[in-house]
Amino acid sequence: MPEVLVLVDHDGEHVNKSTYELLAVARRLGDPGAVVVGTPGTATRLMESLARYGATSVHAAESKDAAEFLVTPAVDALELAVRDTSPAAVLVSATTDGREVAARLAARLGAGLLIDAVDLDSSGVVTQIVFGGSYTVRSQVTHGIPVITVRPGAFEPEEHPGEAVERTITLPVVDPATSARVTDRRTAPAGDRPGLTEATVVVSGGRGVGGADGFELVEQLADALGGAVGASRAAVDAGYYPHRFQVGQTGKTVSPQLYIALGISGAIQHLAGMQTSKTIVAVNKDPEAPILDLADYGVVGDLFAVAPQLTREVAARRAVG
Amino acid sequence: MNIVVLVKQVPDSGAERTLSRTDHTLDRAGAELVLDEINERAAEEALRLKETADAHITVVSMGPDSALDAIRKVLAMGADRGIHICDDRLHGADLLTTAKVLAAAVRTVADVDLVLAGDAATDGGASAVPAVVADLLALPQVTHVRQLDVDAGRVRALRETENGQTTLDAPLPALVSVTEKINEPRYPSFKGIMAAKKKPVDTVGLDDLLPDADGFLVSRTRVVEAVPRPPRAAGTRIADDGSAGRQLAAYLIAQKLV
Repeated sequence: MPEVLVLVDHDGEHVNKSTYELLAVARRLGDPGAVVVGTPGTATRLMESLARYGATSVHAAESKDAAEFLVTPAVDALELAVRDTSPAAVLVSATTDGREVAARLAARLGAGLLIDAVDLDSSGVVTQIVFGGSYTVRSQVTHGIPVITVRPGAFEPEEHPGEAVERTITLPVVDPATSARVTDRRTAPAGDRPGLTEATVVVSGGRGVGGADGFELVEQLADALGGAVGASRAAVDAGYYPHRFQVGQTGKTVSPQLYIALGISGAIQHLAGMQTSKTIVAVNKDPEAPILDLADYGVVGDLFAVAPQLTREVAARRAVG
Repeated sequence: MNIVVLVKQVPDSGAERTLSRTDHTLDRAGAELVLDEINERAAEEALRLKETADAHITVVSMGPDSALDAIRKVLAMGADRGIHICDDRLHGADLLTTAKVLAAAVRTVADVDLVLAGDAATDGGASAVPAVVADLLALPQVTHVRQLDVDAGRVRALRETENGQTTLDAPLPALVSVTEKINEPRYPSFKGIMAAKKKPVDTVGLDDLLPDADGFLVSRTRVVEAVPRPPRAAGTRIADDGSAGRQLAAYLIAQKLV
């Protein structure tokens, strides 16, 4: 079986869930080889988790520089790993960094790039959903080693325990004239909530939430469901909630199992970011709100009454279960 | 200081967008084409630099004849000259070919200090053309920037992504892509619109930019199939009678979502 390289998303200590999703889908094409780019010692810390989710090899690309420069160390690492292993494909999570890494890698390899895959079959044909959900497109790479970015949440992680072989990639020294240095990092305070793009449940608030205080109610429902919190552009622009939680064309695209829209009218820009969600629930005072036209379950009513009641019911159910 | 701004004409995202039945590329004939708003912000950032330092701004766009409108709009905002990359052989170009052609156009501008672009077009979605252009030109990639300072030969910028904010530092020349948070772009004045008509725009083709492009590939991927998705239909709808929260919980439990 050829190797399929997977770029590992991690925070230095833990592997992100989206990487386990990549490892699961990589097995359709070959043996998953996990590429870890980080400071020395990172791969050893992540080895066991990666092997448990199906990595048969772990390529350690470690240097002091690796965390200090933007994007380029990961591109260098993948380029070297590709030259070493001639993989069947390279899979990268379709995050902001991941897309940039994948595209630069494809450019260096002169290879075809497919972005935002929501499905992938064993022949390498990728399914994408484009134009905010208006088309399903199936594509394949015709030149070079396929480089594919995979939408977080599109696949389920699968445990597949085995032994992983550790390999070493020697990263070149970064040229500071051609790479941007990261001088400060303020990680989004994650709390206990899952990341927006990898959550199985997303609860979003819109202008109807009425203010920053109102978002407490959105957060309470998200917490009861073990989900992430999102916000519409209107809510973000009004300063109710930080921009990094924005769902829509100019924010994040999410595809959770369950999307709950509270006080969101459903502007086309918002729908573009969430309409591939499996189940959509909307609560809105306005019976004409466009989001109600595509909700699997729509409630015309006051979110300040409906959401807390739902939160209590869910919490009670969870307490019993 | 020499600044190049990369701009793109896109179908109006407020309108319906369709794919051509014959080759699955974007159906431009059926769409209203506009300068992608994010590009105006990139141009605005260039113009603000021009106000504080002596700068010459070149606008570059790849696209059919209509892309000239996008270039003229940025010239009307205050840019100095345009390069219009127009070649039928670029129809259906993939991200890599697009980036290669744009990089080649940037190379035709002497002593470039800064390349500016929008961070994400509304029609493509890879948000990665600027990163690839940086790779091809061996420039530091300073992308997804919501705040930019250019001073003493260096760029300092605040990058914002789903993972939070990072501060980036790089020497010039550099490539910067901006987010929609960076500024509010100006409207072209009437005087600006009139002046834009007289500003020089060079039209170039593939042979000018990549004269010895061995084995030129317009795309390295192929669409096997493109199917319009049926619009989502509304499901159950209820009006809250005081028990909607409980009914909703029952629905979620029945769907095994709780």
